[in-house]
Formats: sequence, C-alpha cells, structure tokens
Amino acid sequence: MGELRLMKGNEAVAEAAIRAGADGYFGYPITPQSEVMEYLMAEKPHERTGMVVLQAESELAAINMVYGGAACGKKVMTSSSSPGISLMQEGISYIAGAELPCLLVNVVRGGPGLGTIQPAQSDYFQSVKGGGHGDYRLITLAPASVQEMSDFVRLGFELAFKYRNPAMILSDGAIGQMMEKVELFDPVPRSKEILPWATTGKTPDRERNIITSLDLDPKRQEDFNLKLQKKYREIEEKEVRFEKIQCDDAEYLFVAYGTSSRVVQKAVQLARSRGIRVGLFRPITLWPFPSKEIFAMTEQVKGILSVEMSAGQMVEDIRLAVKGKIKVDYYGRMGGIIPTPDEVVEMLEKKIIGG
Amino acid sequence: MTEEIIIAGFGGQGVLSMGKILCYSGVMEGKEVSWMPSYGPEMRGGTANVTVIISDERISSPILNTYDTAIILNQQSMDKFEKTVKPGGMLIYDGNGITRHPERKDITIYRVDAAEEAARMKSNKVFNMIVLGGFLKIKPLLKMENVHRGLEKSLPERYHHLISLNEEAIKRGMEIIQEVYQPA
Repeated sequence: MGELRLMKGNEAVAEAAIRAGADGYFGYPITPQSEVMEYLMAEKPHERTGMVVLQAESELAAINMVYGGAACGKKVMTSSSSPGISLMQEGISYIAGAELPCLLVNVVRGGPGLGTIQPAQSDYFQSVKGGGHGDYRLITLAPASVQEMSDFVRLGFELAFKYRNPAMILSDGAIGQMMEKVELFDPVPRSKEILPWATTGKTPDRERNIITSLDLDPKRQEDFNLKLQKKYREIEEKEVRFEKIQCDDAEYLFVAYGTSSRVVQKAVQLARSRGIRVGLFRPITLWPFPSKEIFAMTEQVKGILSVEMSAGQMVEDIRLAVKGKIKVDYYGRMGGIIPTPDEVVEMLEKKIIGG
Repeated sequence: MTEEIIIAGFGGQGVLSMGKILCYSGVMEGKEVSWMPSYGPEMRGGTANVTVIISDERISSPILNTYDTAIILNQQSMDKFEKTVKPGGMLIYDGNGITRHPERKDITIYRVDAAEEAARMKSNKVFNMIVLGGFLKIKPLLKMENVHRGLEKSLPERYHHLISLNEEAIKRGMEIIQEVYQPA
C-alpha cells in the first residue's frame, strides 16, 4: 500500500506531478487552483528530481513554455482555472496541431467572464468540443475525488504520451479545495529517454525533427487532419472510462461527473430509501465520451437525468448517445452553487418519473 | 458509522485546522474522511466554516445541507447553522459572544466555554483543541492515541513540542463541556 496522506485536491495534483516524474510545471496563479504551484514551490522538486517549477508572467507565457518543453519530448504540464484556461486556448490548439503530449489541469470556477471563484462545471464544452480553433480533441479526465486528482496526473501523462496528444484533467473548485485521504503512488524517476520525434538537436545519424502546426499545402494539411482524426477514432475505441454505481436493478439513471457525481451518489441513497430504483452512471473520460455504454443503458432504464453545475452541457452528449430512445432531461445549478441531494431527487421525480 | 459535522466560527479561531486534525485522526483510525472548507470572499468576510465527514464507508457528497453535529463558535454561525442540525442531532457552542442562545427543542445542546478556558490556560491558540475535546467527549468516535497521531501528522515538525499542550487542551475540553438541553 502506498503512503496515506490527507491532502487538498490541488496539493494532490502537485505531489502526483513530482511522483510521476514530471520534467516541468509552468503556471500562473488563479483561485481556486493556486495551491498547485504553492505546493510545488514549497516542495522544491528541482533539488530532488530536477523538475523545473516556474511561475510564468502570464497564462499565455505558461502554455507556450509547455509547448516548448513538450516539443523537446519532456513531461510538462500547467494548471489554471477557467479564465486562465481561456487565455491558453491558442497554445492548446497549437500543441494539439503539433501532436505534442502534455498535461493540462483546469480547476473550474463559475463563468462566463471572470465569473466567480466558486466551483462550477461550465467548461465542459470548452474541454470536449475544443475551446481553441481547428478540428482537435483533448483527452479529458474528470476526477471525482482527491484520490483521482492524484491518479489522473499519472494516467493523463500516460495517455498524452501514448497518443502524442494533450490531456486535460477537468476538475472544479470543490475537488481542488477539499481534503480527503489519498493513497499516493510510488515515485518514478524522470525519464532519460530521448524520444525519436523530439527536437533535441540534430545528430548525424538522423534527419531534422520539425515540430510545427503550420502546413500551407492543402493536400498535406488535409492528410494531416485525416491522420489526426484516425488517432481520435482509436482513442474513442480504446480509452473510454466510466463507473456505474447501483445500476444493476435501476429503472432510472442519473449521469453526472466530478463534484456533481458525489452529490448524486447521496441522491441515489436518498431516492432508494424512498423506493425509487435509480443508479448513477459516472463518465470518467468526458472525451472520449462513453456514448455506447450510455446507449446500452436505454435497454434497461426509462429515463435519464443529467446533473451538472452548468446550464446543461453534457446533457447534449447524452442526448446524442441515447438517439431519442428514452427521455433525457437536465438539472443543474450555476454561479458557484452546488446542487443538494434533496433537490436532485425532487427533480428526478418531477422531470423524469412524473414528466 | 457516518458522522456529518459542520464547524463554523470566525477566521483565526482555528476552525479549519480543527477540522483538519479531526480528519487526520480519522485517517489514522482507518476511517474515510472529507474536509470541505468555505473559501474565498466568504473567508475574507471574517467567517470560516468547514464540513467534516468521518465514516466507515466511502463518502458520497462532501457538501451537505444538514448535519449530525454543528460546532458553532460565533453568533453569525449560530444564525446560519442552528437550523441545519438534523432532528435528533446535536449542537455544541461556545457561549462567548453569543447573544441569542440556541432555541431548538428537537436536538441536544451542549456548551463548551472554550474561549474562557483558553484564557485560563494562557494560550488562545489551544481554543480549538478545547472545543475538539468537548466534541470527542460527547462523540467518542476516535481513540486518543489516533488523535495524538493526527496531531503529529497535521502539525509541522517545528510545532511538535506543542502537541502535549494541545492534548492537555483536549482533556480540559472533555472536562468542561456541559449539557444545556436534552429533548424529552
């Protein structure tokens, strides 16, 4: 068993980055995720593993430092919260276009604009549909506990390098700020391997490596896009992750991720104490979305309620997955308010069972 | 066993660290725990609160709107959280600065005058540990040896010489807590 600690979600991300053998972290402070960099600065991993931790002058600088580090084949990451992630979108699109691995962490707060510093899930579209320009996808992992904040740092890096694609941990202010028990994984040393595609200086035995997202030849640019799309189909085929809770005998279904899924677990207990057979389907990867697995549930359940801390974003993907076979509705709160289990059960009764 | 607790008071009273020590002690006892603070502008406004859950099972929602126990350390928190105690639950409060005492008739009410006791012990910093002691007397969820280990884990090493003072404060809290009201 790994070392047990009581940690904030943000601290778990930072500790996991050191343990995963990250080469660099570049960031700019913003509530509610500032503890990521604070923890790294206090730990001074450079003295132990050589990991660079740098506070950039802005989010734009941070994401472009990530771009540069990733181009050298290094294990690099950044973290921010909603408005900061918006500032990074140009760089994220370039990184995806240059097929580079990196880890991005968004500890989401309410928007739009500067919004609020309280938790929200209103950056779902931005993460899974592409907040930057062009036909690209981010592998998007949604942790529902401090444990998963730690575990998904390792998983995110693994997937990013496996597919040479940026991976995003889409968390929120509640999971970032709360403390839970975490079993930390054992540290791995930083990799010394020189990746064949990385721009590490040309040696006589190979051609130049070029990292770019620019190609002005339409044919080559289309071929490149087709190659990207092929990679995305492969990820959709192989990397879907989800959890089903009390779904075996369920007549109705909640779909929720992250903090909402925690509230909904309590709602499931509450509803079942009133004789309503309801389960929870928790997507862990938001892209690739578990569409097939949700469609399969339509054989069993009569209706689905998507519970989100947004105006209803994931519900669109659930509707696409269900193809009109059963009723799908949404309930959520915004502006930093977290729905209560009572509210959620009431809305299931009103919108799905009674509706 | 699942115990859902809100601890609420002024910033600086050690509300968040009391919750953290309770959670770490729970971890040492092999329990599941969660610690969900209020953060941001709320804290800057002078009030601080934290939701602590200690359970034998996987914890569902870390955010709650009703609690088994409310530990209330100022009047604003009394106004906000007295009504959130589940029927049959309990409320613990420090009488210092309280102008409107709890009025619920369906919960058990205890008073622990920790501010006064801390002054007597000549250490304002152990205020929160006196309160914690009061709570652990009424709800002995955790063994004292695990509370000791929780303190060791929560406090940076440079403060480890203060652990015995903190334990003394916990004992004082256990002695001074008084039942004020018990529903029939």
